[in-house]
Amino acid sequence: MKPNLKITRRVTEMPPSGIRAFFDLVMGMEDVISLGVGEPDFDTPWRIRETGIYSIEQGCTSYTSNKGLLELRVAIADFLRQRHGLRYDPEEEILVTVGVSEALDLAVRALLDRGDRVLVPQPCFVSYAPMVSLAGGEPIIVETDERHGFRLSPSLLRARAARSARGLILNYPCNPTGVSYVKAELEALARLFRGTGLVVLSDEIYDELTYEGEHVAFPSLPGMRERTIYLNGFSKSFAMTGWRIGYAAGPRDVIAAMTKIHQYSIMSAPTTGQFAACEALRRGRSDVLEMKREYARRRGLVHARLNAMGLSCARPEGAFYIFPSIRSTGLDSMTFSRRLLEEEKVAVVPGTAFGRCGEGYIRISYASSAENLREAMDRIGRFTERVRGGT
Amino acid sequence: MTEEIVEILRRDARTTPEEIAAMLGRSAADVARAIRKLERDGVILRYRAVINEEALAAAAGRVRALIEVRTTPQKNVGFDRIAERIYRFPEVKSCSLLSGGYDLLLVVEGRDLQQIGNFVAEKLAPMENVQGTVTHFLLKKYKEDGDILVRRPRDRRLAVTP
Repeated sequence: MKPNLKITRRVTEMPPSGIRAFFDLVMGMEDVISLGVGEPDFDTPWRIRETGIYSIEQGCTSYTSNKGLLELRVAIADFLRQRHGLRYDPEEEILVTVGVSEALDLAVRALLDRGDRVLVPQPCFVSYAPMVSLAGGEPIIVETDERHGFRLSPSLLRARAARSARGLILNYPCNPTGVSYVKAELEALARLFRGTGLVVLSDEIYDELTYEGEHVAFPSLPGMRERTIYLNGFSKSFAMTGWRIGYAAGPRDVIAAMTKIHQYSIMSAPTTGQFAACEALRRGRSDVLEMKREYARRRGLVHARLNAMGLSCARPEGAFYIFPSIRSTGLDSMTFSRRLLEEEKVAVVPGTAFGRCGEGYIRISYASSAENLREAMDRIGRFTERVRGGT
Repeated sequence: MTEEIVEILRRDARTTPEEIAAMLGRSAADVARAIRKLERDGVILRYRAVINEEALAAAAGRVRALIEVRTTPQKNVGFDRIAERIYRFPEVKSCSLLSGGYDLLLVVEGRDLQQIGNFVAEKLAPMENVQGTVTHFLLKKYKEDGDILVRRPRDRRLAVTP
């Protein structure tokens, strides 16, 4: 008898990532300038890499505690206290994970029963809705639009939140829009949540890459700590994507439940990465600030160039993405991106990869050298002119 | 703003005032004015390319040496006069006064070992107030003024990621 390799409906019904098809297209081409990359172009700062190497030399190659090295959890607790005024017990309220992705996966699996609804504002990171679905929950898409600066507001959420959603996935600074929120905006959201049972899964992985004002951590708002699962990690701010180290901080019962799943499925996050992450928190701050300054300059450059060529966009407040409108070209996102790739060898990501409401936009990552960005902007300018000229 | 402009130009001298203005959120006119002032004040001396001499050496065949020089300081002028006598030679690419076991550190460039040897033997060592020299020929340069000279690998990231 043949083995039964039938794939579950859960998986077969899951739409493929909108980025995947595009990725295949790009891989077949040479000399492409890619502005489609969702990770820093910097290598991990040397002091952090060297610490990882040293830990291997010292033979630190075994599992760590399920929750992660205590040393790292203490460093995370210190960071959260010093930077955001948050108090988390490193013994029971912090869990080190394989990137924020695992932390989010654990959170939805720990919190959602079949059919539980989770509000997912879009455009957003590609895996939020599929993760909720895989955990048995029902993602409720909340579309934001350019008219409101792609910003989430109480008026946008009120009606839906009242319909007894269990949770909300919040992400700021936002991939792909670069939107972040000031304290007053977050307080307005918090006021709305206070009257509900909503749990907030706050993905703040880009917190250190905030260019306007200071990042306000969601659980630092009055009354929000007990309803927030705070998610962060080392990938973006420390340019450590490949090390796969993230963490979750939250109420102890939820962290305990997440740890339970984590210990069965993962055991512990990569050990070398955890040692490196300790060094990142201890001495990596100046490196972060240096990279941030560089991103901020590129942001100014790209923002000015895009607007000058009629691809209007707001100045991103954080992360390293900009989300210009391509409506003026008359092309849809996918066609624009495909033609730009084929005709000018510049890769961007069609806005639709981040939700239906991303139609009419593209995501440009400015995690690329100034020379690359300059050349890419020249090419995009040439392309849009040609398209508008009708050739 | 001045400091940031200098930093940006130090990294890439070809960055235009317009681009710098966009990067810093200032007007191009303000940036251009600030750059002119930097030039006038002698903060920016000139704009030049950073060359990986190592990569060029095969074609140009130049040799470099670091030379330690012990000197006798002179009344009232200290090391300045002897330093000037030395740094005026075009072979001397850089010249610094250091604390420690010797006084001046020179970077000297020549066509070959012989030529540098001659410079030391005929010009430098016999000079009044020069007590002694130690010449180190430069074999390989790994990093220069913040730039790692080993060819950088291409971008290793996947071309498109979420």
